[in-house]
Amino acid sequence: MKRRDFLKSVSGLAAGALAPTAPAIWSPAKADARAETLLIVSEGGPNNLDIHGVGTNVPGYEVSWNCYDRLISHEMKSGPGGVPYYDRDKFKPELAEDFNIGDMSVTFKLRKNAKFHDGTPVTAKDVKWSLDRAVSVGGFPTFQMSAGSLTKPEQFVIVDDHTVRVDFLRKDKLTIPDLAVIVPCVVNSELVKKNASEKDPWGLEFTKQQTAGSGAYKVTKWTAGTEVVMERNDDWVCGPLPKIKRVIWRMVPQAGNRRALLERGDADISYELPFKDFQEMKANGKLNVVSLPFSNGIQYIGMNVTKPPFDNPKVRQAMAYAMPYQKIMDAVLFGLANPMFGAARDKPTEVAWPQPTKYFTDMEKAKALLTEAGYANGFETTISFDLNFAGVNEPLCVLVQESLGQLGIKTTINKVPGANWRTELAKKEMPLFTNVFSGWLDYPEYFFYWCYHGNNSIFNTMSYKSPEMDKLIDGARIAAANGDTAAYDADVKGFVDLAYADIPRIPLYQPFVNVAMQKNISGYQYWFHRRLDYRAMAKG
Amino acid sequence: MLTLIGKRLLFAIPSLIGVVIVTFLLTRALPGDPAAYFAGPAATKEAVDQIRKKLGFDKPLIEQFVRYTGDLAHGDLGTSLTTGQPVAAELRNRLPASAELTLLGLVVSIVIAIPLGVLAATRPGSWIDHLCRVTTTAGVSLPVFFTGLVLVYVFYFRLGWAPAPLGRLDVFYSAPPTVTGFYLIDTLIARDFEAFRSALSQLILPAVTLAIFSLAPIARMTRASMLAVLASDFVRTARASGLSPGKVIVTYAFRNAMLPVITTLSMVFSFLLGANVLVEKVFAWPGIGSYAVEALIASDFAPVQGFVLTMAVMYVLLNLLIDILYGVIDPRVRLEG
Repeated sequence: MKRRDFLKSVSGLAAGALAPTAPAIWSPAKADARAETLLIVSEGGPNNLDIHGVGTNVPGYEVSWNCYDRLISHEMKSGPGGVPYYDRDKFKPELAEDFNIGDMSVTFKLRKNAKFHDGTPVTAKDVKWSLDRAVSVGGFPTFQMSAGSLTKPEQFVIVDDHTVRVDFLRKDKLTIPDLAVIVPCVVNSELVKKNASEKDPWGLEFTKQQTAGSGAYKVTKWTAGTEVVMERNDDWVCGPLPKIKRVIWRMVPQAGNRRALLERGDADISYELPFKDFQEMKANGKLNVVSLPFSNGIQYIGMNVTKPPFDNPKVRQAMAYAMPYQKIMDAVLFGLANPMFGAARDKPTEVAWPQPTKYFTDMEKAKALLTEAGYANGFETTISFDLNFAGVNEPLCVLVQESLGQLGIKTTINKVPGANWRTELAKKEMPLFTNVFSGWLDYPEYFFYWCYHGNNSIFNTMSYKSPEMDKLIDGARIAAANGDTAAYDADVKGFVDLAYADIPRIPLYQPFVNVAMQKNISGYQYWFHRRLDYRAMAKG
Repeated sequence: MLTLIGKRLLFAIPSLIGVVIVTFLLTRALPGDPAAYFAGPAATKEAVDQIRKKLGFDKPLIEQFVRYTGDLAHGDLGTSLTTGQPVAAELRNRLPASAELTLLGLVVSIVIAIPLGVLAATRPGSWIDHLCRVTTTAGVSLPVFFTGLVLVYVFYFRLGWAPAPLGRLDVFYSAPPTVTGFYLIDTLIARDFEAFRSALSQLILPAVTLAIFSLAPIARMTRASMLAVLASDFVRTARASGLSPGKVIVTYAFRNAMLPVITTLSMVFSFLLGANVLVEKVFAWPGIGSYAVEALIASDFAPVQGFVLTMAVMYVLLNLLIDILYGVIDPRVRLEG
């Protein structure tokens, strides 16, 4: 008897719980909180709140960007479709109130009223300590600093309490832009030093878990893999006070659910959705979908030029004619990318990057070139891709495989797990692969220096070496530093032409960064790092 | 009883040692280089080597193992590289989330499956028997993530009855102070009934998803074991003695049919705990399953080892609990013990 009663009551409970839950009733205070809160959903979250940390991932950059200040930042200009786009060439003071670029140094005057989140004023010694830290901790931050010839702590000089000078190692056009990327952020040196240890002199363990900056937002709660909560710093002086009071950033692994959350109006903003979803959301017009090209970025097919058959330029050209370009644009990207192929035959090379090649799909020509190279019956090869981006890479490789099959080239697809991808790239043994490269600093010579130069960096995935190419790239870098426009233009055109004639990597398209948001969200800005800047955003 | 428990725990030690060794070796045999992964896309070879040194992966395997077991003895499971947090703390925070979901799923499942199985067995061939067959077949053949997505689509996206699939609580509620780690209990202790409602409504869809999946083994086992018992001599005797059908079924048959059902329950519970990864993914649930899978994808050794070890300990405890329950239900087991 008792047992039956128990069963009855339990099933009654379950049935009650299954009944429709009434729509949540917000108390007025809650509704206010909602109006001032930005709810972001994305697949992954940060693994470290400090960009100087060991192995900080890309979502971590977003936290750093919004919670720390840099000396300078970029102005905005109007980008494609009228969306604000960072201006590569125009800088504005951020933590500095003024800066003065000299011949071999730059001097920054700091804002006198700027304070860290704990109330300590920001002084020149904090700036020096932070820049010293960036060039000393090793790994990615140090590497990024060196891209702008910032490598030694001696370069950062305290002039007085509110003045800092950065000395140049050599003339390098990239030094100033490199001071405006995410890495050279200013950290509360006293606070971090207090929490540092002998084993960890830069206090990386401390800043991993909490933000110690002067930025517009501060992290108030972080549950790794689940959510990040950021509150506005009401004492921020480096720009107009942001409108969004609180940012809640939730990790939702399922792309379909992220879309459902957006369409139901529960989430305010999301990226990292399949292209098909973005395309459909764009078409049905309920949400604002912004699609902007990656600055200085290209998805390409790379070929290892050290080994046959791809050591033969004829084979590489044949490959460039055999790519199913338009199919990739339509079936993989749903049109959300800029084509990097099929420029008109008589179109002059521009001083710009990226720009389309003159290759287009022409199987006859590919066959002829292949026959000329002595591979009339094709060959066997393997195409590899990074499984972390399987959504794009897998269908892309299948299309390429199918297209190459028509030439008698038998292609096996090799799926490389994300954890393994960089190791594989560094080995430089994959014969054929697809990958994306995009540089934070938007200059052609920067891209070419990493991807085509004979010093064979990890991004020169093709192991391409050409003395002529090196001369042109080095020439462009020197010309840029000296402001010699004529020589610069000639060198840039020269290396683009050479890269497309020799074609060690076949550009396919310039990818888009896609962000979907509610109609009442405004102020989205495109930044070189492609993450969100909450400071300019508003709701309602 | 105590000697029984002591003996069982003693037997578990060799298997735990085995688990420690095997997981250590398996994680090291994984393809992929965590140092290269965490050095980031722009790392030079020196940067990768620096990180490898920092992580201690440049040492010989045996030295790494000695250090690992040493840390383990101090209760230190290492630090996850993907989330940047100590593994022990993460597991402690995430285990209750998984356990709460799994337990509720199991309860829902039992409440439906056992009566269904009993009814199907008492009336073989009737409509309820067919209903039982259809629901169990459907439940077991639908992949969990699919059921989960369909439920989200219908009840959240289309009908708007269920809350947004955003984890354990609505984003605008704050978590109750941790006592048990189970939000349903903690919110009640904190007397925060609004948060309790939110936690419960967040739980319903994922729990139902799990329940649908685990219905089949429980209902089928109940039915089969009831059928066997109902056909046995003592039930015939009971019936012949004129006992009411209810008394025969509940007191005589059901109690005897319980043993295999309990065994099935323990199995279902343990595989649900590990296998609700997909449900956790669909509902953005901060449980241990999704944690372990993410770590595995990133070649992040420490969380994988910690997860396997935790699961092994749970299995040992669960088996012990089942053995004790056997004794309670069936006096014969006690006598033999």
